[in-house]
Amino acid sequence: MAQIELAGKMFDIDEDGFIQDASDWDENVGAAIAPTEGVTEMTEEHWKVVNYIRDYYLEFGVAPMVRKLCKSTGFDMKKIYELFPSGPAKGACKIAGLPKPTGCV
Amino acid sequence: MADGQTNGKTPKLDKLDKGPWPSFVKEIKRAAEKNPMSKDLLGQLELSYEDKIGHWKHGGIVGVLGYGGGVIGRYSDVPEKFPNVAHFHTIRVNMPAGWFYTSDALRTLCDIWEKHGSGLTNMHGSTGDIVFLGTRTEQLEPIFSELTKEGFDLGGSGSDVRTPSACVGPARCEWACYDTLKLCYDLTMEYQDELHRPAFPYKFKFKCSGCPNDCVASVARSDMSIIGTWKDDIQVDQAAVKEYEDKGLNIQRDVCGNCPSKCMDWDGKTLEIDNRLCVRCMHCINAMPKALRPGKERGACLLLGSKAPIVEGAQLSSVLVPFMKMEPPYQELKDLCEKIWDLWCEEGKARERVGEFIQRVGLGNFLEAIEVEPSPYMIAHPRDNPYIFYEDYFEEGDEEDEDEDGDE
Repeated sequence: MAQIELAGKMFDIDEDGFIQDASDWDENVGAAIAPTEGVTEMTEEHWKVVNYIRDYYLEFGVAPMVRKLCKSTGFDMKKIYELFPSGPAKGACKIAGLPKPTGCV
Repeated sequence: MADGQTNGKTPKLDKLDKGPWPSFVKEIKRAAEKNPMSKDLLGQLELSYEDKIGHWKHGGIVGVLGYGGGVIGRYSDVPEKFPNVAHFHTIRVNMPAGWFYTSDALRTLCDIWEKHGSGLTNMHGSTGDIVFLGTRTEQLEPIFSELTKEGFDLGGSGSDVRTPSACVGPARCEWACYDTLKLCYDLTMEYQDELHRPAFPYKFKFKCSGCPNDCVASVARSDMSIIGTWKDDIQVDQAAVKEYEDKGLNIQRDVCGNCPSKCMDWDGKTLEIDNRLCVRCMHCINAMPKALRPGKERGACLLLGSKAPIVEGAQLSSVLVPFMKMEPPYQELKDLCEKIWDLWCEEGKARERVGEFIQRVGLGNFLEAIEVEPSPYMIAHPRDNPYIFYEDYFEEGDEEDEDEDGDE
């Protein structure tokens, strides 16, 4: 498995660049992942999304559905894609240190 | 070693290459002559047959910036043996409505694909998209940019509106009861956001068929099946009917006899059709295309809910709106779809198709929420009892008859 150094820590990552053990994640790690997903700077709005996803994941064990994410953060889809050009599942979840969302094509 | 364990030999696959019929193995072998990805694909497939297990990992999240769908990530679980298929992502490309291409457009697509991927295509996937099979992550953006430069776009994947598809419709078929191509294009353009940015509980497919022959199998393969139909009487040219008989067609046996609702009769001179009983099966029209045509008051029937068996079993769509005019800007259809989405997105569970959702909440509740009046036309099959139990017609003392009323 490939390894990557993020904010001074080593992480195992899968082919898509999702970190495998999220327990070592912190905001510095998230900020270090961000540029790989087309996010040049993590603003307060970015953190609002990332923290929401992360808190939801820690509570329920899954990523929130997109609609819930929009409602809870007050951002519409357009805004989410402006913040995270690779989308909520690939971009925001990866930055939030969640395991790769599974599912069907 | 690029061809791994198999040393370039593929005895099991070779068996699928024998015989006169087309073979995917033959095609992959042809591609393998000039493309190392296709060569490793053969090797990995041979190994899969050897090991009796697929060697693709599940899932993979890759994409292009701005879109949440259109690319399906695929990775080999034996990349050390077959490095050229370590990444083998699929790209869905939105096909033109009705699948009409110029040969030039096809060449353009193939040139892009041979340059950036395996060169193997699947024309077409079951949603109808042009499917490009096998490329690497770093090729995705270059492919996307070349495709869009040539006027193509990615299709849907994941929990979004999937690429709408349509039969050839009025472009090539005399039975089309509405312009399927126009509607398909209109829906595609209207729902670009929903297509490229997955936000639904699960996928949602539109398929537009011009008549009940349903050439795109929309009744079985789309959540929203839009099937052309007519309200008035089948148009009959009695002289042409007679001509069919003169040429040897046994009309009473092969046309009237096969009519599912037995709504027609042939006395040797005149074909009598009791149109009130017609279930729009198209059999008579298909059997005597020169003599019979669909009626003049045309539109479409909207059916909802079909799906293939993944989470729950397979389902066919059933009637939601028996007749709707299909004319731009299709506002009535769009308003209805948006109401359905609002409800399903709010209440649906992750990975629950709209058909499964209706089963879970009940059609009555569903109709109430989307503000559609229940009607006896809402049936799974012609001549079935309706799903809806009409309390208005139910009185104390009717209970003995309950079984026959077909209520829930």
